[in-house]
Amino acid sequence: MTDARRFSSRRRPNLAPWLFISPWILGFFLFTLGPMVFSLVMSLYDWPVVGDRRFVGLDNYRVMLTQDPKFWQSLGVTVKFAAIFVPLNILLSFLLAILLNVKVRGTALFRTAFYLPSIISGVALVMIWKWIYSKDYGLLNYALSLMGVDGPNWLGDPHWSILAIIIASLWGLGGTMLILLAGLQSIPKELYEAARVSGVPAWAQTVYITIPMLSPMLLFTFVTSLISAFQQLTIALLLTKGGPLNSTYFFAMYIYDNAFKFHDMGYAAAMSWVMFLIILILSMAVLKYSAAWVHYEGDVKGGGNG
Amino acid sequence: MAELRVTGLWKAFGAVEVLKGIDLHLPDGAFVSFLGPSGCGKSTLLRCIAGLEDLTEGAIHMGDRDITQLPSARRDIAMVFQNYALYPHMTVRKNMAFGLALNGMPRAEIDRRVALAAETLRIADLLDRKPRQLSGGQRQRVAIGRAITRQPQLFLLDEPLSNLDASLRVTMRAELAALHDRLGVTMVYVTHDQVEAMTLSDLVVVLDKGRVAQVGRPLELFHRPANLFVAGFIGSPQMNLLPASVIRQSADDITLALHGATLTIPTAGHDPIAAPAVTLGIRPDRLEIAPDGDLSGTIRLAERLGTENHLHIDLEGGGSVTCITDGTHPARARDRVRLRIPPADAHVFDGRGNALPRRLDPATQALITDTNRPADPA
Repeated sequence: MTDARRFSSRRRPNLAPWLFISPWILGFFLFTLGPMVFSLVMSLYDWPVVGDRRFVGLDNYRVMLTQDPKFWQSLGVTVKFAAIFVPLNILLSFLLAILLNVKVRGTALFRTAFYLPSIISGVALVMIWKWIYSKDYGLLNYALSLMGVDGPNWLGDPHWSILAIIIASLWGLGGTMLILLAGLQSIPKELYEAARVSGVPAWAQTVYITIPMLSPMLLFTFVTSLISAFQQLTIALLLTKGGPLNSTYFFAMYIYDNAFKFHDMGYAAAMSWVMFLIILILSMAVLKYSAAWVHYEGDVKGGGNG
Repeated sequence: MAELRVTGLWKAFGAVEVLKGIDLHLPDGAFVSFLGPSGCGKSTLLRCIAGLEDLTEGAIHMGDRDITQLPSARRDIAMVFQNYALYPHMTVRKNMAFGLALNGMPRAEIDRRVALAAETLRIADLLDRKPRQLSGGQRQRVAIGRAITRQPQLFLLDEPLSNLDASLRVTMRAELAALHDRLGVTMVYVTHDQVEAMTLSDLVVVLDKGRVAQVGRPLELFHRPANLFVAGFIGSPQMNLLPASVIRQSADDITLALHGATLTIPTAGHDPIAAPAVTLGIRPDRLEIAPDGDLSGTIRLAERLGTENHLHIDLEGGGSVTCITDGTHPARARDRVRLRIPPADAHVFDGRGNALPRRLDPATQALITDTNRPADPA
């Protein structure tokens, strides 16, 4: 009986496990790998939305890198945004997480309040900011006028527009903050008590205990912030539409325009792949050079008595 | 070097009172254990002494210094935590040097102290490892080493051995005792394990629900428990406690009736007891099976452990006792036996649970006061 069952199961491949994982497999092929391969193929074509498509090889990439100043300009705007947004996002999230980790009355209320923007729809958020930034009726310039400052034209002045978008983007740092807060709470409190007994000052506890213990979360938020910075589209699209003078014309917006305004799907696909490669290379670089400063708690466990 | 004095210490967390008026005097250089069941407040008391918890009321003095309001770092103490609290991202050397370096100690002095501690604890070859590469016992040594490098006047150890396996615990226990002898500083040791407290300590502080139940040398707690709590807590299996009533009493003995038997128990002089209801205590190993015994009962369960048997006996007239006999004793479950209570071994507790002073033979009395340390050759 036992032998017979073993024999038959060897003959007939067992389908059940494959059926159980099939929803994921199908989803992966249909909605992740499929579109990626399709867009890669697309990027090698002159692919208008209507009309005949034509194979052009690497022409899209060549034109992009050598003949399209707008590509470089939009990439520049994006890099500038990322360079300011990513460090600010992590620094502010970190400081906020430390504040919210303090046990005082009403902590839960503050935590909710700071996370709230993250659950509001992006469009609603932008509508609020549009009003805040408005030159003549805006809340921000009104607040500044109370202090005797004549506020700038936030969304109309190319010097201020990118800053306006960075500030609006930082409004959504609740997610990053939450990850860091969870990280802070997982640090054993005895480490701080041991430090207190040894006379380690508070600043040194933050620098030598908190930050190293938090480094895996800091790395994770660094990479995800970097990715979201490069993909920035919604806020700029709705708040400034890339203006004024293309000062907020992000890379992702140029891709969007190529695809849906200029109907050049092939070119847009090629640009998407360039963005993908940039994010991939940056992320890999971050992960590679993080080994020196990231300490993984998981490594500590194990060992045991003996 | 300094003695530690705790006076009128109260500690409440919100409405929950954890410590309710602790008065203690820990002599200089002593090894003192705080012993008690979980929730008795022993760790909180240690943390109050460490300065990790603020007192609700009371004062702590070290020598002549009032340290009640001093921050931990300036109390001249070192603490070893139950889960070691090693910084996982630092090497063993860095773990030990970290606090010293941030207090501006010169590099050469730090190196000297780390080397000395590493040698003392035999961890010199581990200095460049991270805690994750160490076994539990090694981590414990590093945690103790970190405390030693501070060269404190007072060591505080919060259940330092409870995360180790049984055999390692025995080894580390002996090492701790040796370390205390070598350093000669006061050590305060929190534990719920009476074996650790009994074997290591010069003085044991037994805590019960936030109050000091008794302070004494280990054998003093065993032979002269001050109250029912200590009598029940110290010794394993537990002391048998039986309700009894006073028939008559003189200045130095008391006659009790229990289960139809009459027992006259010598005391070391006691004030007359008003209420007749008292409790008689007898340790399981002192209870004797004898044909002319005072009590009779039936063996419910006989646990044979090899060297000894633990007999659980239901008494006629209610209640049950545990009796330890020699491992070769033939007693079996459902046997009827008679039990004798040697009067000199009995403890008597009054209606409030306080012990009447026992009259002890000179040999036991000598044992109680013996420090259990090798004789000083000088």
